Amino acid sequence: MDGNAPDFAAASRAALADPQLRGNFRRAMDGLMSKRAAQFADTGEWTGVRALAASVRLRALSKLPELLETLEKNCTRNGITVHWAATTADANAIALDILHKANAKLVVKGKSMVTEEMHLNAVLEKDGIEVLESDLGEYIVQLDGTMPSHIIMPAIHLNTKQIAHLFKRKIKDAESREDAAYLTDLARRVLRAKFQAADVGMSGVNAAVAETGTLCLIENEGNGRMCTTVPPVHIAFMGLEKVVEKLEDVPPVISLLPRSATGQPITTYVNMISGPRKEGEKDGPREVHLVILDNGRSNIYADPELRDTLRCIRCGACMNHCPVYTKVGGHAYEAPYPGPIGKILVPQIEGLEKRGAMPHACTMCNACVEICPVKIPIVEIMGRLRVEAVKPGGAVKDGGAKASRTESMVWSGWAAMNASPTAYRVATLAMSKLGNAAPSSLPMLKEWTNVRTKPRFAGRTLHDLARAKGVPDV
Amino acid sequence: MSDARNSILSRLRASRDAHPLTPPASDFAPIEAKSWAEEERLPRIRRLMEAVHTEFLDAREADWPAVLREFLAHEGVASLAYAPETEAGKRLVEGWDPASTSLIPYDRPLENLKPQLFETIEAGLTTTRGAIAETGSLILWPTAEEPRTLSLVPHIHIALLRADALYDTFLQAMRMQGWAQEMPTNVLLVSGPSKTADIEQTLAYGVHGPKRLVVLVVHP
Repeated sequence: MDGNAPDFAAASRAALADPQLRGNFRRAMDGLMSKRAAQFADTGEWTGVRALAASVRLRALSKLPELLETLEKNCTRNGITVHWAATTADANAIALDILHKANAKLVVKGKSMVTEEMHLNAVLEKDGIEVLESDLGEYIVQLDGTMPSHIIMPAIHLNTKQIAHLFKRKIKDAESREDAAYLTDLARRVLRAKFQAADVGMSGVNAAVAETGTLCLIENEGNGRMCTTVPPVHIAFMGLEKVVEKLEDVPPVISLLPRSATGQPITTYVNMISGPRKEGEKDGPREVHLVILDNGRSNIYADPELRDTLRCIRCGACMNHCPVYTKVGGHAYEAPYPGPIGKILVPQIEGLEKRGAMPHACTMCNACVEICPVKIPIVEIMGRLRVEAVKPGGAVKDGGAKASRTESMVWSGWAAMNASPTAYRVATLAMSKLGNAAPSSLPMLKEWTNVRTKPRFAGRTLHDLARAKGVPDV
Repeated sequence: MSDARNSILSRLRASRDAHPLTPPASDFAPIEAKSWAEEERLPRIRRLMEAVHTEFLDAREADWPAVLREFLAHEGVASLAYAPETEAGKRLVEGWDPASTSLIPYDRPLENLKPQLFETIEAGLTTTRGAIAETGSLILWPTAEEPRTLSLVPHIHIALLRADALYDTFLQAMRMQGWAQEMPTNVLLVSGPSKTADIEQTLAYGVHGPKRLVVLVVHP
């Protein structure tokens, strides 16, 4: 991914031409949307808890530097070692250092989007360390040698048949059975041996509580508990925005996250970790490390409008409701975070030179904004990033990367035309008389007509028609 | 990496001071308003948890070890790990007939019990600190006496739930029990046996954690 800039348009065209993929996504997203809607049938409850959760996230952002210091202080008091990483390279170096000190050969991982952002698995493998994803969806994706296509359901792009074939190819003694229960049990057998043998367990963090120095993780499978309980060392990775002020701030977030994500009232496990094994305790890791990653987040935080991106609790509901995501699938984005949140987060982290296309892959239908449990104004930020992409010297990395002289001249002309009644009359008259004769292959116009029919200009302008109707003052 | 720490924190502080943010007040009333009559709590917990394949047994203070023994014998469970130093552990062993199920005390560090726990022990017994009506969740509070893996590694997790320790919400339980003052190494909410829907949205139980969760309700 660090090679050529991803070509979102080409990847989308390929995805659109794949009926199997589109069918897999359509079915999954329809199911997720209706299950979520059932959870929020009581609109009064939804409105109230949503406002509370948004206030929890905003309060955390309003005190972000202080809360991170308090988190560090309380984690340290609890025996958790806190590390700070400005870049993904720093975070990978910290992880490798801990692994080397622990003489680790085998790592088991629970789900962590931050480590996807870091491409940690590739770094570990290059270092000769075996790393195994243990969330079933992540395990499938890892066996397949691809990336997650959804932040909550990583293997949503595959159907049972495809997964059965994959397991048959990759797992010793696997039978060729297209049966989710059989396949799940097969993964259980493979991974239980790994949990038992692993030297280090890794996880993400859903919320870190400053007040108590507690790391909260939610999950259904028990792999997160395995990774954070059984191996002698646990390393947790979090983006610096994941902190909340008080322990009481956790219930509102936990109330909305699983309901928004998968339409379940709560995940099977809510796991709250406040330190390594204490004197006298019989299990739990001997060491717990927390790696706090910036990777562009402090830059996002600097802009009062873009800052709202950092409210996100990573439920993935915006993906499930996005008409673009549902049609092109997660892989077309070629990014750790796809869908609406990805379209505003990834360009800010990786820059508009590489990711300038992403904010344009949006119809601005506002569905994501309506269901976002923490009320992120995704569409407004999307619009802002479109502007930043053509405005050099702005707040976002590689701002102005997509600026074009022709485009900027056309818009200046457009502005001038609309500011002068005479120019406007002349221009609209010219368009109504000559517009239909203009070939659709004209530069700039071509961008539009490539994928759309060229509009037909009306023979008479709106002003002309209004005047004929006797509307005064036009 | 303290350079990274200081530069991150000073950047954040400068940005925040340049553009301070006034958050709206956090009104917890929408969560505080959720409540169920005392006699509705247990049926609700049961309904929500049974919907995700949790099993329930009813017993009295006097006979819960016998109810458990009978259940394990009926299910053909040959071994049960338990916490010997807890009150519940002491009750359990009193007069236990090991004919059908042998009791294995979790009395040493995980390192010395790992192969047994992963490969042979079939069930684990833990206590709970109550349950939550809103979501149908057990509160597990592992301690030095009652380790975390007891409810995680064996294929069957049996959880003792006192019928008088029921809360409306997660928030209420954490406030009434004063969690913020005394967070232990690990606290858990458990709302069913391990499950996944990662293969084409098909729900499958018992992926990594326990395949079965049995709640043994002890009525006063």
